[in-house]
Order: sequence, then C-alpha cells, then structure tokens
Amino acid sequence: MTSSISSNILVVEDLSLSLKSGKTVLPIITNVSFSVSKGESVALVGESGCGKSITASAILGLPPENAVVTGSIWLNGIEISKLDKQGRRKLCGQKIGFIFQEPMTALHPTLTIGRQLTDTLRLHLGLSKRAAMDRAAELLDRVGIPRPREILKGYVHELSGGMRQRVMIALAISCGPELVIADEPTTALDVTIQAQVLDLLDEMRAELGLAMVFITHDLEVVGDHCDRAVVMYAGDVIEYGSSQDVVSSPSHPYTVGLIDATPANNEDRDRLVPIPGTVPPVGHWPSGCRFAPRCSLSDDHCRSRPEFMKANVTDIRCWHPDGRVSQ
Amino acid sequence: MLRYIGKRFLLILPTIFVPLIMVFLLLRLSPGDPAGMILGDQATAEQIAALRAELGLNEPLGVQFVIWLKNIVTLDLGNSLFFRDPVVEIIPRYAGVTVGLATIALVLAILIAVIAGSFSALKRNSIVDRSIVTTTVLGISVPEFWFALILVFVFAVTLRWLPVAGYTPPSAGIIAWGTSIALPALALGIRQSALMTRMMRSSMLDVLGEPYITTARAQGLPEHVVIGRYAMKTAAIPVVTVVGLSAGYMLGGTVAIEIIFALPGLGRLLVEAVARRDFPVVEGGVLAISLILAALNLIIDIIYAIIDPRIRYK
Amino acid sequence: MQDRTNPPNPGLDGDDKEIVVVTKPVWQRLLANPTAVISVLCLMVLVLGSVFANAVAGSDPLRINPSIRFKPPSFEFPFGTDNLGRDMFKIVLHGGKTSLLVGAVVTIISMTVATVLGLLAGYYRRVDMFLMRFVDGLMSFPAIVLATAMTGYLGPSVGTVVTSLSIVLIAPSLRVVRGQVLVVRELQMIEAARAVGVPTMRIFTKYILPAVSSPILVQASFIFSAAILSEAALSFIGLGIGSEDISWGNALTESRNYVSRAPWIVMFPGLALMLAILALNLLGDALRDVLDPKLARRR
Repeated sequence: MTSSISSNILVVEDLSLSLKSGKTVLPIITNVSFSVSKGESVALVGESGCGKSITASAILGLPPENAVVTGSIWLNGIEISKLDKQGRRKLCGQKIGFIFQEPMTALHPTLTIGRQLTDTLRLHLGLSKRAAMDRAAELLDRVGIPRPREILKGYVHELSGGMRQRVMIALAISCGPELVIADEPTTALDVTIQAQVLDLLDEMRAELGLAMVFITHDLEVVGDHCDRAVVMYAGDVIEYGSSQDVVSSPSHPYTVGLIDATPANNEDRDRLVPIPGTVPPVGHWPSGCRFAPRCSLSDDHCRSRPEFMKANVTDIRCWHPDGRVSQ
Repeated sequence: MLRYIGKRFLLILPTIFVPLIMVFLLLRLSPGDPAGMILGDQATAEQIAALRAELGLNEPLGVQFVIWLKNIVTLDLGNSLFFRDPVVEIIPRYAGVTVGLATIALVLAILIAVIAGSFSALKRNSIVDRSIVTTTVLGISVPEFWFALILVFVFAVTLRWLPVAGYTPPSAGIIAWGTSIALPALALGIRQSALMTRMMRSSMLDVLGEPYITTARAQGLPEHVVIGRYAMKTAAIPVVTVVGLSAGYMLGGTVAIEIIFALPGLGRLLVEAVARRDFPVVEGGVLAISLILAALNLIIDIIYAIIDPRIRYK
Repeated sequence: MQDRTNPPNPGLDGDDKEIVVVTKPVWQRLLANPTAVISVLCLMVLVLGSVFANAVAGSDPLRINPSIRFKPPSFEFPFGTDNLGRDMFKIVLHGGKTSLLVGAVVTIISMTVATVLGLLAGYYRRVDMFLMRFVDGLMSFPAIVLATAMTGYLGPSVGTVVTSLSIVLIAPSLRVVRGQVLVVRELQMIEAARAVGVPTMRIFTKYILPAVSSPILVQASFIFSAAILSEAALSFIGLGIGSEDISWGNALTESRNYVSRAPWIVMFPGLALMLAILALNLLGDALRDVLDPKLARRR
C-alpha cells in the first residue's frame, strides 16, 4: 500500500484529522493511508459521515478551521503536508483540481463562467486576459460544451445540470493538474447524465494522464470506473484492494453488508439484506473495532483495534480475515 | 432588461400615489372646514367661501379627486398660502439640500456597513467582532435627533472641529459644504448604518459557508480575491435590497435633523408648512419625497439587476 | 463534523450548528436567556419609575422655579435642572408615563389592525392584491413625514400622535402577519380542517392565529420601540403631544438651545429614551430566538 513515494502521484500516509472545539478533541478520520499513481483512479467509498469528504479536504489543504491534521501527504515526490498555508494554496487549482458534488452551488452565481475560468487561468498560468479567454473556450470545447464563447459570457443558472458539471470539470483541469479529486461528482445528476459525465471523466483521465481520487457511495460506479477502491467506515479505512476484488469478493463484514444491501449487486431484489444498526456518530466510536457493534462476527478480540490483515484478495482492518468467528 | 425596468416602474407607482392619496383624503375627511382652518379665527365668511372655491372644496369628493389627480400629474400644485409663490418653484429650492444630505448619509452608511460587517464576519467571535455587534445593537437603538445633539456637544461645542449649525451650499466650495453637512449626515446615517452592518455580517457569514467560496479556494485563488471578489459580490446583495427602505427612513429623519442643524431642506420646509397650515406646500413636500424615493428605488432595482444576473430571468 | 449528507464543501462542513430540542415552556426559555431577562428588568425599572413618578421624584414636574435654573446634577437634583428651573429627574420620570403609554397604545391598535388585515390578506387572494399594493406604497415612505402631515390637519395632541402613528405603523406588521399566514395556510392541518368543513371563522381563530402568534409577539416589541421613537421625534419637532404634556421627546425640544450650557438637559431624557428602545429591541431579538429558532439570524 505505501509503495514507493516517487512512483506515485499522490501518497497519503497515516493521515488523521480531529476537530478541536474548546477542550474537547473529536477524531474525524484516523490513520488513513492510500496512494494513487499516474492515470489511475482510486475510489474512496463509504456511507455519508464516514470521513471521505474530510479526507479530500485534508489532501487539498482546506480542512475546517478548527482541525488538527497529522500524518503526511506526498504529491509527486514532495511532502506537501510540510508546506505552509500559502504554499498549499498555490498547489490548489494548479497541481490539484477539485470537482464538487453540486455544480449549481459550487460555481459562483453572479460571476460569469468565463470570469471564473479566467481568474484561475490568469493566476496560475500568468496568461493575459485575451489568452485566458481563448484557453477557457478551448477547455469548454474539450469537455463537450457547444458554443463555448457564448457560454463563457453566461451564468451557471442558465445551464443544465450536466452542462454545469462539465464546466466544473473544465475548471478543475484548466491548469493541467496532476491530481483531480472528484467528490461525488455525479450524485446530484440525472441517471442518463451521470453516465455521460463519468465517461467524460474517464476520457480526461486517460487523455491527460490524471491521477484521480474518486469519492462516492455508489459501488456500481466504483466497479465500472475505478482501478482501486478504499472503503471507509467511521473515520477508518477498513478495506482496500482492486475495485473488482472489493466489489466482487469483499472480505470485511461491513463491505460484504454494503454490497448485499445494493440492489444492482443482488440478483434477488426482494431479499436485500440491510446492515443492522446505524453508523455510530463522531465522538461515539467504540474503542476497538468500530464496526463491532453491528457485526455478526464480533467477539472479545474486537474490543481492541485491529491492524490490517491480508484477507482473500483484499486487505482488511478486521480480526477475522478468514470470515469465521474464532473459537 | 428593458422589460424588467418597465415592470419595476409599474410596481413603483403605488410608492408615489399611496402617500399622496392619504394626504388628499386627510385634508378632505378631517373634522372641520379646511378653508376655515387655513385662514384662522379672524377670517370672514366671504374669505372662507373664496378659498373654498379656490381649493375646489365645493365639488363632490369624486370630482375633487379627479381634479386633484390631474393637477398632480401636470405638476400644477397651486400657490403656497404663505410664500404666495407656486409650489413647484418652492420645492426644488429645498429639495437639493435634502437630497445632498441624504445621499451623503446613505453612502457613508453603506461604506461603514460593508467594511465593518464583512470584517466582523471574517473575524467571527473575536473581540473585534463582539464589539462591532454590540455597537450595532446600540446604534439601532439610538434616536437620531438625540444622537445629533450629542454630536454637536462633542464635535462642535467641545472640540470645535465643526460648525454647530448652518448650511453652506456646494457652490460656495465643496469643503465648506462638506463641513456643514458632516454632522447632520453622521447623525442621519447612524441607525441605518447599524442595521446594514448587521445585515452585511450575517449575509457574509452565510456566503462564507457557500460551496462556491470553497471552490474559489480550491482553485488556489488568494484569500483577498476570494473575499473581495467572490464573497463580496453576493454578500452585498441583501444590503442593496434594503437601501431603498433605508433611504426612506433617512428622508424621515431629515425632518428633525434639518431643524437641529438649521438646514434649509425639505424636512424643515414641511414642518414649517404644517405649522403655518400651508397645505399646498405640505402636499408638494409629500409629492417631492415620494418622487425622490421612487427615482431612487428604480435606480436600486437597476443596480440590483446588474449585480445579480439571476434576477433578470425571474 | 462528519460529512452528514456529503456536503460538497469539504473545507467548511465543520460548522458548529447545534440542533436544539425544544421542550420547555416559553417563559422558562425566556428566563434562561440573559438578554431577555436584562431587557425585561430595564423595562420594569422604566415602567415602575413612571407609574410611581410622584412617589419617587415628587409631583408637579412642570413647575417653573427661576431661582434654580441650570443646576448641574447633584444629590438634590440627580439629573440637574433645566432653563426654567425644572427638575429634570421629575421630567424624565413623568415624561416616561406619556412616552410608554403612547407607545403601548399605538402598538396595541396598530398590531390589532395589522393582524386582522394580515389574516384576511394572507387568506383571501383578492384582498391581498389590493392591500399589498397599499402596503408597498406605505412601506418605503417615511412614517414620520406622513405623521407630520397628519398633525398639520389634526393639530398637535396625544390623540393625533396615537392616531397617526397607529396608521403609519400598520404597514410593516401587516406584511409580517400576511407572510406568516401564507406559510401556515399551506399546512396540511388547515387543508384537512377545510376539507372536513370547519367554519372559516374557526379556522382563523383555532388554527391560523395560534400559528402566527409568535411572529406577532416579536413584531409587537419592535413596533413598540418604533412607536416610542416616532412619538419622541414628533414631539421633538413640536408636532407631537403638544406643550401641555411632557414626554422624553418633548423634554428634548428646548434642550437643543442649551447643549453647551447644560448638556445634562440633553443627556438624561435621551438616555431614558434610548434605554427603552434598546430594551425593546433586545427583547424582540430574544423573543425571536426563543419562539422561532428558524427565524433567528445567526449571530
């Protein structure tokens, strides 16, 4: 997992983040590690509240104000977690592109699309106003937006949902980043549009050799569009492996449950099996394995925190890699 | 855009006519003979009858209304009973002072509000923020005419920086005009400035939580651009929408302020006209204030449409 | 905190919003709110001071006594004396009687009318069309100017002030009530009540009125403060309650000629006025926080 730092675009090592409010310190994510190489797409999978978006914000260097971040993040061989705020900010937009879930609210409502694109282009590439406009038009053309010159003069509310997300993608790749983080990029879109946007993302990734972190809760998308998958639960990475393996033969009881609860992965739709209970809220995590209270395999072992172990084809943070209750 | 302006214009018509209609009805429906009230106790029956005829008070109410409406539209407001000059000539002489005063007060109020409100939001929960919030609470509760007297005591009587009262027209020098209007404008602007600061603060707090601000940061834009361009552009919109209402309150405030500082403006003219029972001038004053407000509201609507493109499509 | 609904802004989803479960009765929640308690105490001091003005400061506040003109505040005259040798302490306490009474009466009248009209406007579209154009016309026009014009026709007196302020202060409250009715009207319970044939009058009194009572109460405290302020402004320019009575605004009228000689004449009536307005504004804010957390602005 923590394979050589130099051969990967992004390496996240032992990343933890807690929120401090007054004297209390709430851990939000703990010991998250994964890596992404050039042209590869790695999925961060999990339910809402598992800490995937906050992981993304930590990589980007824009965590909440009261956050305490530890661990290291390497971008293309440089340990960016050691840089100061200004240094991190310079990487944003230039080396790291970010795609948000809801383009309607993630794009400025009263600035023209051209303005938003050229602000970034002029800042990072030092282009003139006119050159930035030309480049912006090229970018829109490239992400499949017709009449780009006209669209540049318009505003977000004039576009359809799919078009908005295309603009968002153009913004994210505008300065030729090495890494793109996409936070639920298709969740807010219609199903037919979703497929188009996912294909566009695949296309851009192949064409530009982007490393991509793909945050999603949709296991179907993981199987179809990602190379590897990192499953998160209550702030912990609990399973990782190739996305095919994670989706088709998962080993962690949580991932197994998640896939059993997904209609598309279950032939017999009348017999979806929900995971009993709910995700424990932040601050109420059990001290050992965080999934233990909901797990059918849990026993005394699970009162202490498990380390990663090799399971069938994936690695899991679980005391029962063979899937059996120990006697 | 033109259609939008036309629509706004239609909506502004009630702003002009409702106050006027109230004034019209008041004069006709209040107990006692208006002509007798105007002329006072010594008037003879003939004088009263003549004035009644002049004011058209013998006609039925409906006919009076039509005549009155025609006179308003053609700006034929009759003669002042005190100055004997036509009202349309008297009003503009006073309106300039009031418009100048209110404009300065409004600009001052907006500037203070935008700066203090944004700063407060950016430094949320700091000591600076808390003192700004406390100041706005006090500012909203301070009566402007009393605040004017305090300002006079501090800046004119004690420090002797500015004149106690009196008006210098801008033709006599911008600086002289500025010093004569500084304290009145400050007194007039205080409450609205406090209200707008509060509004700017909460609007800025809302905007800072918006995803598009995170996008701007995620694009690597420096913080001064994120705040100064991306956040300010939307945070200021609610403040713009209340400028019309604020200007209304300020024009009301000029009544007392112009008396305190002896400024020859509309507010003082109105109070003096009321005291003299000079009803044509009262009516003219109300019409002038309505028209000023209507014009201002139209300008605000246009500015609003420019800074918020979403509004044009509604 | 955690990404509850996957907020698209990873940097800012740590907002410390809390979900407050409302269970205690209103008065208990008000007692737990320091702003509310302090503002109510301030108002009580002002009200008791004016009601018992005779006992606290002595009677006959308008008696002129040339031998003690322009006395600065002292033990004998805590607020000093004015240009006619009148005790400012008496004037402030007795003046409060008129100011608070006029404010209260104006609030009751204008809020009652605004509530009735607001209920009708919110419920019947046709009434709404007409009334709202009227309210639009009145809203942006300065109330003081209209009240000034009215005083011109009716002559300065307590009755005139109450009448004119009651009329001009209807518009903003009417808009608040109407807006709230528009929301409540769409609720399913109203639709259900109408469907089973509950009489319209009963729908108003049993369903809509209770649902809009919180904003009305909040609005009332703001109108109270606006009424006190407007009465003071009118009396200050000599078009208010007339010179036979005293109010805080009235007491300031003459004082402006003595700002340099006797600043205390300016200070004390104004401070009393500001304290009343401040307390009412804070009470309104506190009521809004307590009664309608959704309406409350983030502060």
